[in-house]
Parts: sequence; C-alpha cells; structure tokens
Amino acid sequence: MAHQALAVTAQQIKQLERESRRENLGRSWYKFTRNTMSVVGLVMVVSLILLAILAPWVTPYPKHAGPYTDFPHAKQPPSWQHPFGTDQIGRDILSRIVFGLRSSLLMGIVVLALVVPPGVLLGLLAGYFHGTWIDTVIMRITDIFLAVPPLILALAVASVLRPSLWNGMMAVSLMWWPWYTRLVYGQAVTLRNEYFVTAAEVTGAGPAHIIFREILPNTVSTILTKMSIDIAWVIIIGSMLSFVGLGVQPPEPSLGTMIADGARYLPDQWWIAVFPALAIVVVVLGFNLLGDGVRDMFAAEEI
Amino acid sequence: MSATPLLLEIKNLHVHYTVYGGQLKVLDGVGLVMHTGERVGLVGETGCGKTTTMKAILRVLPMPPAGIPQGEIYFKGRDILKMSSGELRQVRGRGISMIFQDPTAALNPVFSVGQQMDAVIHHSPLRGKARSRREIHQLAVKSLQEVALADPERLLRSYPIQLSGGMRQRVCIGMALSTGPELLIADEPGTSLDVTIQDQVLRLLRTLVEEKNTSVILITHTLGIVREMTDRVYVMYAGNMVEVAATKELFSNPLHPYTIGLMEAVPRLTGGGVSDGIAGRIPNYLAPPPGCRFHPRCPHAMEICLSEKPASYTIGDDHEVACFLYQADRVSQGNGGGHDR
Amino acid sequence: MTADILTVTDLKKHFVIGRTGVVTQVPITVKAVDGISFAMPEGETFGLVGESGSGKSTVAYTVIGMYAPTAGTIRFRGQDLYESKKKRPLSLRKEIQIVFQDPGSSLNARRTVKQILELPLRIHRSEARRLEEIVRLLDMVELPPEYMYKYPQMLGGGEKQMVAVARALATEPSFIILDEPTSALDVSIQGKIINLLIRLQNEFHLSYLFITHDLSLMRNVASRVAIMYLGKICEIAETVEFFRNPLHPYTQMLLSSIPVVSEAEEKLKPQKIISTGEIPSPVDIPPGCSFHSRCPMKSEACTQLDPVMVEVAPGHTVRCHLSP
Repeated sequence: MAHQALAVTAQQIKQLERESRRENLGRSWYKFTRNTMSVVGLVMVVSLILLAILAPWVTPYPKHAGPYTDFPHAKQPPSWQHPFGTDQIGRDILSRIVFGLRSSLLMGIVVLALVVPPGVLLGLLAGYFHGTWIDTVIMRITDIFLAVPPLILALAVASVLRPSLWNGMMAVSLMWWPWYTRLVYGQAVTLRNEYFVTAAEVTGAGPAHIIFREILPNTVSTILTKMSIDIAWVIIIGSMLSFVGLGVQPPEPSLGTMIADGARYLPDQWWIAVFPALAIVVVVLGFNLLGDGVRDMFAAEEI
Repeated sequence: MSATPLLLEIKNLHVHYTVYGGQLKVLDGVGLVMHTGERVGLVGETGCGKTTTMKAILRVLPMPPAGIPQGEIYFKGRDILKMSSGELRQVRGRGISMIFQDPTAALNPVFSVGQQMDAVIHHSPLRGKARSRREIHQLAVKSLQEVALADPERLLRSYPIQLSGGMRQRVCIGMALSTGPELLIADEPGTSLDVTIQDQVLRLLRTLVEEKNTSVILITHTLGIVREMTDRVYVMYAGNMVEVAATKELFSNPLHPYTIGLMEAVPRLTGGGVSDGIAGRIPNYLAPPPGCRFHPRCPHAMEICLSEKPASYTIGDDHEVACFLYQADRVSQGNGGGHDR
Repeated sequence: MTADILTVTDLKKHFVIGRTGVVTQVPITVKAVDGISFAMPEGETFGLVGESGSGKSTVAYTVIGMYAPTAGTIRFRGQDLYESKKKRPLSLRKEIQIVFQDPGSSLNARRTVKQILELPLRIHRSEARRLEEIVRLLDMVELPPEYMYKYPQMLGGGEKQMVAVARALATEPSFIILDEPTSALDVSIQGKIINLLIRLQNEFHLSYLFITHDLSLMRNVASRVAIMYLGKICEIAETVEFFRNPLHPYTQMLLSSIPVVSEAEEKLKPQKIISTGEIPSPVDIPPGCSFHSRCPMKSEACTQLDPVMVEVAPGHTVRCHLSP
C-alpha cells in the first residue's frame, strides 16, 4: 500500500474547514426551522430585544420612563395618543412597558451570565469526580441551596441588601446556579462512562481535557436549551421581586411594579395592570418557543 | 406461479424522506410476493431499505419526513396503504405480527410480562368478542409454553429486566404468535443475542412456524441464517430488490454481482482469508446514481448500467435477477422484483 | 522463536457490585475474569473468543489499563504493567492501544475527525506538522483528507471504524487490542477493514489481541485462539488445530451454533453437540466446572471439581475433566 505524498495543501484544508462549517450551520438552521412556531419565537425574541435596545428612540414618550407627572392626563383608557393608556400618574404605559422590558431582559441576560459558568463548572467537576469527596461537597452544597424555597431566599437576600435592580439580580443568581449544576452533573456522570472518554483516558488525556473537550461539548445542547427557557423564568422571578418592591425602584419602570401598582385599579382602569402582564406573557412565550427550536436544532436527525 | 393465493404483494413501492438538502429516495420501486405458508428471507445490509419496507407494510413509518409517492401493498388482496385506521388495526397484530431486533427495547420495562401479553391478546378479539380474563391468561400461558419457557406462571409475573436476552426474545416471539397471525415479520431476530442462544431461538422459531403454518418474512444481514431458515430469499440493495430465488438455488448459483460479492465477503470456517468485500459504499440517497444503483460498485458495470435501470429478468426456474448481464438469458421479464402477473 | 510481547499469568478481575444481608453485609462479587493465563508472540494475532459474560472484554480493559487486576500479572515485553501503583506512564500508553467495538460510541459525536486524531498526536508526538500527520493517518486507513472536518455521524459505520483505527495508530504503537472491531459492521465492509488491519500489521510489525464472537472471522485472522467461558479459558490452540480438532464441549457447542453459508463448512461443524441452556450470570457461577450446567457430557467430577488446563498436544491446552 503506497502512501502518497501529502495530496492536499494547507490552503485546501482551510477551504474544507470553511465549507464544512457553512454546511453545519445550514443543517442546524434547517432543523430549527422545521417547526414554524420556533421561527415565530425567534422573531418575537429578536423584536423584543431590538425594542429594548432602541427604547429611547422608538417609544412615543421616552421621558415618561423617568420622573414625570401629568395628573390631568392620568388613568386615561387606550387611545390613539396612548395605545395602552396612561397610568395613575399620567405616564404613557406603552413607553414604560418598553423600558420595563429593558430591565427585564437585562436581568435575564446578566443573571444567566453570572449563573451559567460557575453552575456548569461545578456540575462538570462533581460529575467527573463522581464518587469522591469533590462530588459530595459540591452536590451537598447544591442541595442546600435547592432546599431553600427560592423566593424566600431571594427575598431574604434582597431585603438585607439595599433594594435595586443590581441587588435583585444578585439575589436571583444566588438561587439559580444550582439548577445548572444539577443538570450538568447528571449528564456528566453518564458521559464519563462513554467509550470515547475511555478512549481519551487510555491515550493519556488528563482531567482537564476530558472535562472540557470531551464531556462539556456533549452537554452544550441541554444547557443552551435550558438557557433559552430560563430567561423567561428569570424575568418572571424578577417581576415577582419588583412586585414586592425588591427590584427596580421607582420611578424607573419595571413590569412587576407596574402590575403591582395597577392591581389596585382593577377592574375599572384595567389597562394599567393588564398590559404589563400581557407583556410578560409575550416575552415568556417568545423565549419558550425559541427554546423549543434550540432543542430541535441539537436533536439527532431521524434517518 | 402456483394456485395458492398471494398472502402479501408489494408492488412498485417508492418511499422518500424529506431531510436537509432534499429528498432521500430510499425505496425505488420495491416488489415482493409471498404465498401462505412460505418462509421468505430478506437479505440486505445497513441502509438498503429493508427496515423501511417492513415499516411501510405495517404503516409505522414516521409520515412527516417519510412519504409514499407510489406503490401498493396488498395483504390478502387489499391495499394496506389505502386502509382506514380501523381496518389497519385489524391487520396489525392479527393479520401481521412483528418481532424486532432488540427485545429489550421492544418490551416495556415498567410493565410485567403478563401485563404486556394481556394487552396484546386483549386487543385482538376472537371473532369480534372480547375475551374473558381467564381466557387471556390461559392463552398467555400457552404462548409461553410454546416458546419453551419454563414456569410460565412465574414468568408472567416477572419484569423484562429479570429475564435474559434469549428469554426476552422468546417472550416477544410468544407475544407475536399469541394472536395467531398469518404473517410474521421477524426483523433480525437473533442479532442482539449470543451465538449459542441465537441458534436456540432460531431453531425454536423454525419449529413454531412449521407447526402453526405461519408465513414468515425473515429480515437479516447474515447470509448463514437465511440459508438455514428460509425457502426463498430476496436480496435487497439501495432500495431495490436485486435478486430473488429459492434459497438452495441462490446459494449454489448467485447471479447478481452484489449477491456474489456478499457471498464472497463472508469469512469461511474452512479458512482462505478474508475477501476485500465490496468496494465503495451505499449510495447517497439524496442523489442516487442514475441507472442501476449498484453500478458504481459493480465490477461488471457496462455502458447501459449507467443510464438505465435494469428490469427484473426471470432466469430458469423462478430465479429472478435485476441486472443487465442477464438480459439476454432471460426467460421472461418483470418490473424490478416480484413476479409479473 | 519470537519473544512474547504479552504474557498473562493467572489474571483475575473481580468486581464487587453490592452487598447482601442487613447485618452481615456479604459482598456480591462478579468474577469477570477468574484466573487466565496465556502468552502472545510478537507480531502475531492472538484471538480471544467468547460470548456474554465470558470476560473477554474485561481482559482487554485490564490490559489497556482501565482496570487494575485483582490478582495475577500482565507482562508487556517482560515488564509488569501494574508494577507500580501509579498511573501507567505515557511511554507504555503509547505502545498499547485499543479499538473498541462500537465506533458510534467510541468517537465523540461532538468532535470532528481532526480533533479526534489530534489528541493522541498532541500527547505523544511532537508539535511539528500535525495537520500533515493527520492527513497521513487518514491516508493510511484509506480515507480522503476531506474527512478531517466531518463529524462522526456523517460517516458510515465502516468509515467510523477506520477513524478509530487511525486513532489507535497515531501513537505508533506496537500492540493493539481489537475488541470486536467489525461486529457492528456489515459483512461487505468488514473484509476491507480486516485486510487493512492485516496489511498494517505486516507493514508496522504490530501485534494484535483480536477479540470476537465470530468464529468464522477468527478462523481467518488469528494464528492462535483461546476460548473463554464465564471468566476462564476453556481451550487454547493454534487456529487450524482449534477448528479441526476442538476438544472442549463448549468449543464444540459454539462451533455447532454458527450459521454458515456453504456445505463444506457444514461438514466442519460438530454435529453431536447442540446448544442448550442459558448462560449463567457471572454473579452466580455454578460450582465445579462452570460449564457443567449446559454440558451434555458431564460426569460426577464435573459438578464438584474445577478442572485445570492440561496440554493435550503441543500448543493445544484444554481445561476439561473429560479430555484425553
């Protein structure tokens, strides 16, 4: 059997890499778009994000998101000038919702950014060192955090610290990380026994390689799917916090506070509470649909 | 050919799957005929479409990605593909039963063997009447005895996880035969079992189908099993039936280059080294080669093979082969697999 | 006479899988491998045959370094592999490699072929020209360079196994364990891989420990064959002798169960012994000779006394009370 000289140049290899990357992306997109609702979710989420980023420029009354009063125009029902009506102080609800969206989305993104890396890392370590003291220590700590009712924990933390958006995010982060640890732990324990891990160990790979290059890539799909749905949950929890006054402080708008304030005016001035609530529904729905698509994207193909 | 009516007839079956990049044209005009009491083997390798064909018969193909643009499947004269769901339910389990390759996956781990057998028997009422619990139980016991399982009563109370692989496969066979089907489809029934156990299970299967005069389609990629267990064999490649003959005839006189290659590829107990197998790989179903689908791998490919698809030529006594090499020798001609009527 | 590359002496590997009894806590032990010995000459293929529970895979995993033996020694070129309690040194890992049965699970689905092949190169070989080396490895197993950027699921079963072989070759080993390398593959592809392995063996003077349940394949691949049942070796002989004159009842039973494709092979199969009975669980091994529960020729002694390996003819050893 004759070995030919290297038949491909380095340049051709680069070309191959580019092509295969393009093909893999195309394939993932195809899988994502199989379900129309996933695409709808994607459109919703992208629109909401754009809306939140461009808030000062797309809302009709950006100033209403700050200190502003206009009592003569308070509690007005939906109209052409104020599509969602005005609240008890006279501020345009539509504008405030868009700005409230900003802090909600920001909370979602920041909390996940804070929570996912350490949570995943701990899960990987506990899973890889399954059966040793590392596993025990990490998972028992995780259990403790999971045992405390989440809202109580968030409330406790938030009330000790000065109430603000940032501290609200801290509180939520503190109760959120264990879920990722547990999710990844379960997977890591199983994956550790796969033959490809054994093959790497037999060759002489160290724990760092095994954890980050063999096990982690196989957990990415579940992590991403969970993340896309988690944003919705973090937003809800964040709204609950601000509902009880422990998140964003007035006059900055927050969906939760708006609902809390508006509840008192039900059912006559229903728009003050209902529209912020619907906004939360739309956000949550969008992310859930997107999450379904993300999961499909990683699913193995049927044939 | 003979006077007995056809039990199963597949005519010109095409099946496509819609995937990223287009359509996988998996089945390309598959034909098959079977009479009552026959034991037919279907030999083919991974990806040839044999499982797709079987799933099409029972209509358990996942229909969004899969589609059947053409073809008919006649069971006792009626087209399965056109049946209503009610009629289909009558056929599944009663007319046609199936055993799968992996008995562990085929049995539900959270239900006892007895519960699963009851469910199967219960859903096939005898002459329209529901059976009583006692009848169902007795039938279950009898089925287990027929598959040579000791202590059926205790077994019915056991869970699949408590049984060995061979026992699980026997339970599956018992379940499949308990409803007295006319046609049994066995998909690689011994592959997941150890060789010595596989031998026992296959011998049992052969005895049972002889006793009950059940017709069997035995799907496998192992030529040796087909030789021991069947009367007639279809050889399948890339969504086409390339050859069919009586088993003895096929093994003593294989005609299609694929069949020949397959036979040569099997390592022999008598020694002689291992042949290189068949060069190449199965075609990409997204863009299958024009003409004969085997031509890229065929050592005897001719001009015509690259552009036209061979019809099924009958050579001698009931031996059909879909290959242009035999066009001149043909006694009669059909359309790709199956007898021409 | 070529030196032995691998010498296994009275190897045992027991796993404790649980305990019974609330008070006494008696450990439940699986005796996966229970005292086997054999020697492999360098440059040859030694075959290990067995069904589920035979322990053949456990032997492989013990040699490769996954499990430490419970008792006994494994010597590689005279050196005890488990001499020190520390992890196996890289120099030994380089020499002894393995190809697993199912390429679907032995290749990480989330890594490309290039990444898979890079790992052994990174650990054992120098930095220079790694990409070229990968292309060369692929060429050795007759795969085109484009396959570098593919993921395993885009390859056919045979191609995946080729990648696994390329991975094993990457460290330039002298000894490769092949654990059912073609069992998951179609027969038309099997030949190509087997012949490739044989060519590589000749070219690089490799020694193979070839494990399979397929006796027809073994007949054409190995120069010596050992057959295992429930953790012990029943018979060892040179290949031709093994098939021509099988002495152990289990060997005969296994041979009689193989589906064959020709009359000539049928004649070779022992006719007297047909497979009966279930394979006992390795937790619950029958006393005496572990095969007696299924043996049609058992005697009184078989139920009580475990037989020992006896050399019946030069190079042909059997473990049976009834052997000549």
